[in-house]
Formats: sequence, structure tokens, C-alpha cells
Amino acid sequence: MGTAGDLLFLVCAGFALGAAVATVTLRNPLRAAVALLVHIVALAGLYLTLNAHLLAALQLLVYAGAVVVLFVFVIMLIGPTAAISRGPVKGVLIRTAGIALMSLVTVALAFTMIDVAAPYVAMPPCPPEMGAECGQFGGVEALGRAIYVDSLVPFELVGVLLLVAIIGAIAVARGRSAAEIAQARKRREERELEAAHERAEEKRLAAEVAAHGGH
Amino acid sequence: MDIGLGEYLALASILFGIGAVGFLTRRNVLIQLMSIELMLNAVNVVLIAFNRYLPENHTGQVFAFFVIAVAAAEAAVGLAIVISLFRVKKTVQSDQADLLKH
Repeated sequence: MGTAGDLLFLVCAGFALGAAVATVTLRNPLRAAVALLVHIVALAGLYLTLNAHLLAALQLLVYAGAVVVLFVFVIMLIGPTAAISRGPVKGVLIRTAGIALMSLVTVALAFTMIDVAAPYVAMPPCPPEMGAECGQFGGVEALGRAIYVDSLVPFELVGVLLLVAIIGAIAVARGRSAAEIAQARKRREERELEAAHERAEEKRLAAEVAAHGGH
Repeated sequence: MDIGLGEYLALASILFGIGAVGFLTRRNVLIQLMSIELMLNAVNVVLIAFNRYLPENHTGQVFAFFVIAVAAAEAAVGLAIVISLFRVKKTVQSDQADLLKH
């Protein structure tokens, strides 16, 4: 990798790490969402250094364009309650121990991983007469062929999954409309009225029986 | 400094650890969902980095593509559940969702 690639890696890795820490530590979810956006853009830069050009574009489209916007929508819908943390923090000791243990595991993993080495593989450059459309590794043509030809069935299944997720999200998030709530209340009141009538009738019958018994 | 496969893997493990700590320690459901996104993104970095050093096929990048799609579906359903939780409990703190406990 050239010096420019190294520099891009260092800048993007720094931004990604800082933004990830900000995402999990900031109190206000809206600020955390913006930090997540910075993290995602930095990761798209990292994908560029790994010759994954189409995935970098998809990362920006799907995450920055859809997921973060969805997060911001929900935060706005919930309103200022989203930032309030109620009640005392329980289990400070076990939480600190958990953070320490997880950090230890992460640092150990990182120090093990940094020693992994792989021989550098140079990407063949495109012939000058073809420009950028020679089916380069990670480009639209090559990756599109891999997705639409080699793994067509999983691709269609992911389409079904997205459809099911959309229907599920609508079914879960959609509350009852005001008309439906009013109708349900009306039905319940009618049922209560009927029950009250029946009780009154029974009481009257019981009183009659008692009166007859008295004679 | 020479950037190779190891640096990418180390970065991805640190990002995954940050996401895991955030998911386990924060009580705000929205932040927990964002931490899940951090972890999925860290896995994507690993997949794409390995694919860069084994460029005979695009398996790693195709897998990362599917991970992105599944993460989008997960975020949509998760946020719908957050809205549903907020409608019932008027809060987004995960330790307030304890109807089964009481």
C-alpha cells in the first residue's frame, strides 16, 4: 500500500475510533446518532483503502442515508424523553467489572490480531483504453456479477427478509387509530351496561322470591 | 509504518469491543441499537479486509453486502420495537421494561 493509502487508513481509523467512543458515551441520543454518522463515513473511507469501492458507496447510501436518518426520526418522535435517564444507577460495581473485563478481552484480541500478516497482493491496473470499466476487484461490475450470478438465491432471500422486516416494523410500530380506540371503548361500555342490567334483574328476582318466602 | 491485514483486524476488534461495552452498559435502548450497528460494522471491516488479501473471489465483500442488508432490517424492526415500548412505558430505558418481573 502506498503512503497515501496509509495516511487515509490512519485518518479514517482515528475518526472511526473516536466516533465509536463518542457514540457509546454521549448522553444525548441525537449527538450519539451524529457520532454514528461520522463513524460510518470513516468506515466508508476505510473500505476505499481496501479496494471495496461499491461497498463504500453502499455503506454511505444504506447507513448514512437510511439507518441514521431512521434513528434521528425515532429520536425526534420520542422527543426530550429520549435523553432522560430516570432512577439511580444500579450495580455500579458489576458494571465497572464488566467494562474492565471486556476492555481486557478487547485489548488482548487487538494485540493478537495486529501480528497477523498476509502477503500484499497488488491489484492489476485497468488497461488504459478501457478506463474504469474493466471489471476491477470490488468495482460495480465484478461485485455485481458475484452478487447477481454466484449468490442469486441469498440475494433474493435478503429481498424477502427486507419485505418481512418492513411489514413487521409497520405491524409493531403502528398503534390503534383514534377511531378504533373509540369503537373499543363504546363496545366495552355497552357490555358493562348490559351486565349492570342483568345484575339489577337478578336482584329484583331474588327480592321477589324472598318476599314470597316471607308470606 | 506499514499498514497490513493485522492493523485492520486490530482496529476491527477494538471497534467491536467498544460496541459490546456500549451495548452492555448503556440503558438507553437507542444507544444500545447504535452499539449493535457498531459491532456489525466492525465485522464488516474484518470481512472486507480478509477479502482484500485473498482477491481471487468476492466472497467477503458479498458477505459484507448481506450483513449491511440484514443490519438495515434489524434497525427498522428494532426502532419499531422502541416506539412500541415508548407507547407502553413512556420511557426508552431498557431497565424500565420489566413487566414480566413484577
